[in-house]
Amino acid sequence: MIMTAPMPEPTAKAETRDRVANPLPGRVEFNATKAVPDPSLRMDYIRVSNFNFFYDQTAQVLFDLNMDIPERQVTAFIGPSGCGKSTLLRNINRMNDLIDGVRHEGDILINGHSIYDPYLEVISLRKRIGMVFQKSNPFPKSIYENVIYSLRVAGRKKKSELDDTVERSLRGAALWGEVKDRLHDSAFSLSGGQMQRLCIARAIANRPEILLMDEPCSALDPIATGKIEELIHELKASYTIVIVTHNMQQAARVSDRTAFFYLGRLVEYDETQKVFMNPANPQTEAYVSGRFG
Amino acid sequence: MFASSQKDRPPGEMFVWFTSMGLAVGLLMIVGLLGFIVWNGVAVFWPKPVAEIRLKEGAPLFRGSASVMGVITKQQPIDVRNLTPEQIAHPDPLVRMEKQLFVGNRNIYGASYVYFNAGDIESVQYPEGVLNIERMEWGNALVFPIALELKDGTRIEASDPAFPGRFSEIMVEVNKRRAAITRIEKGKIGKINHRMRDLQLDERYLVRNKTLSPAQQADLEETRERIRQLQAAYEPLAAEALKMRERQNDHHLLFRLATGEERRQAMGDFVHHFWPNQMNTFHKIGQFLHHGKEFLIAYPREANTEGGIFPSLFGTVVMTLLMSLAVTPFGVLAAIYLREYAKQGPFVRAVRIAVNNLAGVPSIVFGIFGLGFFVYFMGGNIDRIFFPRNVELGVPTFGTGGVLWASLTLALMTVPVVIVSTEEALAAVSRGVRQGALACGASKWQTIQTLVLPASAPGILTGLILAMARGAGEVAPLILVGVVALAPSLPVDSIFPFIHLERKFMHLGFHIYDLGFQSPDSEAAMPMVFATTLVLILLVVVLNLGAILIRNHLKRKYMASAF
Repeated sequence: MIMTAPMPEPTAKAETRDRVANPLPGRVEFNATKAVPDPSLRMDYIRVSNFNFFYDQTAQVLFDLNMDIPERQVTAFIGPSGCGKSTLLRNINRMNDLIDGVRHEGDILINGHSIYDPYLEVISLRKRIGMVFQKSNPFPKSIYENVIYSLRVAGRKKKSELDDTVERSLRGAALWGEVKDRLHDSAFSLSGGQMQRLCIARAIANRPEILLMDEPCSALDPIATGKIEELIHELKASYTIVIVTHNMQQAARVSDRTAFFYLGRLVEYDETQKVFMNPANPQTEAYVSGRFG
Repeated sequence: MFASSQKDRPPGEMFVWFTSMGLAVGLLMIVGLLGFIVWNGVAVFWPKPVAEIRLKEGAPLFRGSASVMGVITKQQPIDVRNLTPEQIAHPDPLVRMEKQLFVGNRNIYGASYVYFNAGDIESVQYPEGVLNIERMEWGNALVFPIALELKDGTRIEASDPAFPGRFSEIMVEVNKRRAAITRIEKGKIGKINHRMRDLQLDERYLVRNKTLSPAQQADLEETRERIRQLQAAYEPLAAEALKMRERQNDHHLLFRLATGEERRQAMGDFVHHFWPNQMNTFHKIGQFLHHGKEFLIAYPREANTEGGIFPSLFGTVVMTLLMSLAVTPFGVLAAIYLREYAKQGPFVRAVRIAVNNLAGVPSIVFGIFGLGFFVYFMGGNIDRIFFPRNVELGVPTFGTGGVLWASLTLALMTVPVVIVSTEEALAAVSRGVRQGALACGASKWQTIQTLVLPASAPGILTGLILAMARGAGEVAPLILVGVVALAPSLPVDSIFPFIHLERKFMHLGFHIYDLGFQSPDSEAAMPMVFATTLVLILLVVVLNLGAILIRNHLKRKYMASAF
């Protein structure tokens, strides 16, 4: 499988392939918890290249997108409703394939390999990419079975491995302490924030490389939101995170880089601090300062 | 005043009245029908007092007697066409009424029910000492006992205080012996007959050839030898049964009818007895429960008009369960393909409409299809492949109606119900759950198998409930594909291979039809019709309750999230 190919050395070549963003080596801290990225990590871990997307033959929703998403950083997609940020996110794990009549042009590469490779089974792609949805969607099963669902469908049966995964994932999602005594209760017995963290635990159970989050906090109260944001900071160490959010403060708080979309086009994509404090594009400035959107 | 203003009424609100009327009328009809059936069905088992009626002088006599005894079953106005001018002109309306009397003793009176003009009745009494005896043949007898004549010549007068106890003892004895006879005849002799029939077919098959090869000749000899062995095993059993039958006639009851005639009958003819005019409430409840229980667990007698309905009940349950087993996988798989995999378009829409229309096809059409496809085509081919001997002898095995074909025919008839409700249940599973599963790397089939199907199980069961309710009550197609008024054996018994799917079977719905419209005395069969209808309705209720309990359990298990 393509995704299992050894990770290429981070070379200067990777830097030169960068077309859109300008990865700065020495970054100003916008958020105190952010660390200087490991130079061995790829800056173009996910590469969107001349990407156009159509819901049917005529309705184009994404226009000629080019962007590089760095490895093990948090990248936020912001923009008004209908700007295409969720559509792009859902293209990364090809969830949009489920919709009849969609069509794309251009390519998305992960770690240098096209996700549209005809030899790549979409299931194996999705196994490497965890996804958290806007509305938490626990399965009508126990907490335990929810977490190990991706292992179950992969045919993994070893009890010790499953138990370990449950503990690791729930700890990773900062939920272990709250549910460790009732792992076999229904997932629906959890609160809204816990359910969303359970979905995060489920998404990371399979040790994916990328974690896609589609407005993960939009249905949560501020306390639950705070917990999830904290969690995103911790997960960043192990996963490349792409988060779609409507909440500008959230984008500023959690992300390292921010992409502003408008009407299906990428307007600005840069360091989060730069996008918020000193945007290059007046549209971006208008949006982040709340004058439209 | 503000509240009293008629003009302020919101437009259209008056039509709400119609909706409530619609519901009320519907409820009234359902409650009325069910109440009618339950009342009449339960009343069958309740012991009723036996009246002795004295007719007025000059009124037409009943078998030369002015005295007649029976259970007054109803009173109704006489058909105007049968009234004489005097009766019409008579000031007392009672003259224009008639009473229906269940007189029993059909072997003596010829009919179980007799009508008397209410105006002809002098007096009605409920004499003590009347005995209501349920008999193996000719229905119940309503008699005044005179004496028991025992085999050893002793005679116990009815006035003797020991009489009721001794009578009960003998009843227990004859019933035990009858059960023993049945065990021998149905069990042991039944098994022998089953094998014998098989061997006789072998013999006929071999004899049919004009010239036999030496091997065939040996075969024939062996078959004949085995038949002889079976015959030898059969004879002592038959002799034993015969001896026991003779012992049933050891004791006799001497009794007097209300008309004054005296008769004598062997105690072995009696099944059950009670003293209808000497019962307190507890006795009546006991008799009610006994009669109800017998009705459920006993085999029918006398062209189904007496005895119980056990084979019909059993046949209905077996057929309905087999149908459920067949219809669920069929319907669910079809619905999964239609909803989850087929490309939604004009063709799938057309298929869906066709499936829905299938539910409206008259059931007799399904019966004809079942006869043509299942019985003749599939059954015929199974016979040709697996039972060539029987085909050659013209004895079909699967090539004739049977419980399997009946179940499959009904499954075909009810599959649209399951498809439609399964499709709805599948469509109701949230997109969030499906996408979540796919995002976890599950294939579509895994998503369906692990999440979508379990979550739609309650909806699938709802479809199955509807299918069972329709299937259990259906009669018309069954007549063509295997139901009979009287089946010699149950589809499940102790003879290898225990489940006999090719056998013809009895069914409550057909039983109702047979009793109500095919029996020689439909008036006498009417109580049985009501009781059987009640049992059929209760059976459907019980089957549905079972499915509903499972469904509720599943619903709790897969309850959707709160928000």
